[in-house]
Amino acid sequence: MRTIYRLIPNKTLREILLTVILAGILNAVAIGGHFWLDHWELLALTNLILLVVLAERVGELVPIRFKTLYDRILAFGFPALLLLGWEVLANTEVINPRWFPAPSSILDALWDLTVNYDRFNKSSLLGRPWLIPQEWDANGMAGVKLLMKESHVYATLSRVFLGFIFGSGPGIVIGMAMGMNATVRNMLDMTLSALYVLPKIAIFPIMMLLFPDPFGEGPKIAVVAISAFFLVTISTMTGVQQIDPVLIHAGKNYGANRWQMFRHVIIPGALPMIFSGLRLALGTGLIVIVAIEFVRAKIGVGHVILYYWEILSTAKMYAGLFVTMILGVLLTYGLQLIERWMIPWQRK
Amino acid sequence: MSGSSMQPKIVAQNVVKTYKSKDGDILALDNFSLEIAEGEFVCIVGPSGCGKSTFLRILAGLMPLTSGTIEIRRDAQAQKPLNSMVFQEYAIYPWKTVRNNVAFGLEMRGVSKKKRYAIVDDWLKRVGLQKFADYYPHQLSGGMKQRVSIARALANDPEVLLMDEPLGALDAQMRTVLQGELLKLWEIDRKTVVYITHSIDEAILLGDRVIVMTAHPGKKKVEFTIEIPRPRMIETMATPEFAQHKGIIWEALKDEVSRVYGEQL
Repeated sequence: MRTIYRLIPNKTLREILLTVILAGILNAVAIGGHFWLDHWELLALTNLILLVVLAERVGELVPIRFKTLYDRILAFGFPALLLLGWEVLANTEVINPRWFPAPSSILDALWDLTVNYDRFNKSSLLGRPWLIPQEWDANGMAGVKLLMKESHVYATLSRVFLGFIFGSGPGIVIGMAMGMNATVRNMLDMTLSALYVLPKIAIFPIMMLLFPDPFGEGPKIAVVAISAFFLVTISTMTGVQQIDPVLIHAGKNYGANRWQMFRHVIIPGALPMIFSGLRLALGTGLIVIVAIEFVRAKIGVGHVILYYWEILSTAKMYAGLFVTMILGVLLTYGLQLIERWMIPWQRK
Repeated sequence: MSGSSMQPKIVAQNVVKTYKSKDGDILALDNFSLEIAEGEFVCIVGPSGCGKSTFLRILAGLMPLTSGTIEIRRDAQAQKPLNSMVFQEYAIYPWKTVRNNVAFGLEMRGVSKKKRYAIVDDWLKRVGLQKFADYYPHQLSGGMKQRVSIARALANDPEVLLMDEPLGALDAQMRTVLQGELLKLWEIDRKTVVYITHSIDEAILLGDRVIVMTAHPGKKKVEFTIEIPRPRMIETMATPEFAQHKGIIWEALKDEVSRVYGEQL
């Protein structure tokens, strides 16, 4: 018996049409029949799967030169869709807008926090930068500093930055030493692994004991620094260890002395791993500082979140969460720019 | 021996290398002796794991020897580096451009930027990479990477060129192309070369002398002088005398290869 395997052109367009029709019927029946409220999670899941199928098939039709654009549309379009869904659900009071306020009212709250000065907390979200020229004329640098002092974002960012720098600097140095020298590695590796897993918030009380002003900036920055330190140390060490030994042999054979070996082989060889450590450290720094600000801070984005939760002003609480996310994205993006500039050989 | 009338450049006597391991010492090289004349191209062939790369690494100063002596003779006031190595794995730096990779040895020796770039650009032209001077290695094919590695060694202008299966990682066609190029490059200044290879063809084509090593532990089994006149080229491989050499050398090598296979099976 003969079997025929026939190769046919793909039917992408037909599949797209079918998917759209299927989704239309499904949703019409579900909403028209009024039983979607009882099984909304099923409906959402089915719609999500159909959406993925649709996006995938459409992606096959997109010309290659628009592929990047299409990928970007997917990346931004999907969260936008979720927010839209949230907006609809909150406005129709399917979900309780008191606890889950619509994105539009969160945006209002964000605007409110930005432009208004909170007299009770003596703070504002950004420190009202539009007042800088006026304050500069009136009180000079001292006035500008006063504005910065009232800013939640400035407080959080400066803690993250200082902690990041004080932690990752020594992290790179110790990580290099551990990567290059087996004795140092043997002495430190287990201890570091043990300390690394400690939740950093749990050592906050110790940090408070160590600083003359337990309620000041010192302990907060120190906790961020310590979290950054472990991450950067471990990835720097790994980065040095995974350098291909033949590159070190080549360095020796071509006469590199200790410093040249370090400068031309070890540092560039470890740099990609160092940067992935820095990226983790920056993100973790933000996570840690928001947690610390929950516990003990009068100012900072974490404090915004907790404070507005306590006074049940939920839209502003969400605004605080939103700001945290924005900061995370901006910090990571900034570091990525530096990385691309410092590691040009990886650019594709 | 073609080099016997000339000054010996490298004299290795009774070189022994043992590695320490948990199961005791492992003998890699056993009383290996070799004399290489100034300007001679010597190829060492042997089965995998016979210690031929170990010998080269000892010669390069990357590894200490256990006993025996190796002398590399040169003028007292010589400025040139003693040796430069071409590695099978290319060993070029991903973070340096082609130009800076080729300039590496010169830079380590403190040659000024202007001077080393002049030397490097000259060598890039000779290996056909002048257009790729500002490329990073990840943008290059395997054959181009190995050209960079070879140019780096030659630009360093060493007394002795050490090559550790330099073409071993390339596909057959690229290997043939680079064999032809190596012949031409070597004709320029006829450096002393120690060349490790798996390939008998390559050894006969390139070498003045072919050393066959025994399987583990590595000893010199027998050596052959290749009387095929220079300049040679890829077409030389089609001549009857080439085939004759190949037959004789394979006769010597095949027992060692089957010994290794026997141990593995």
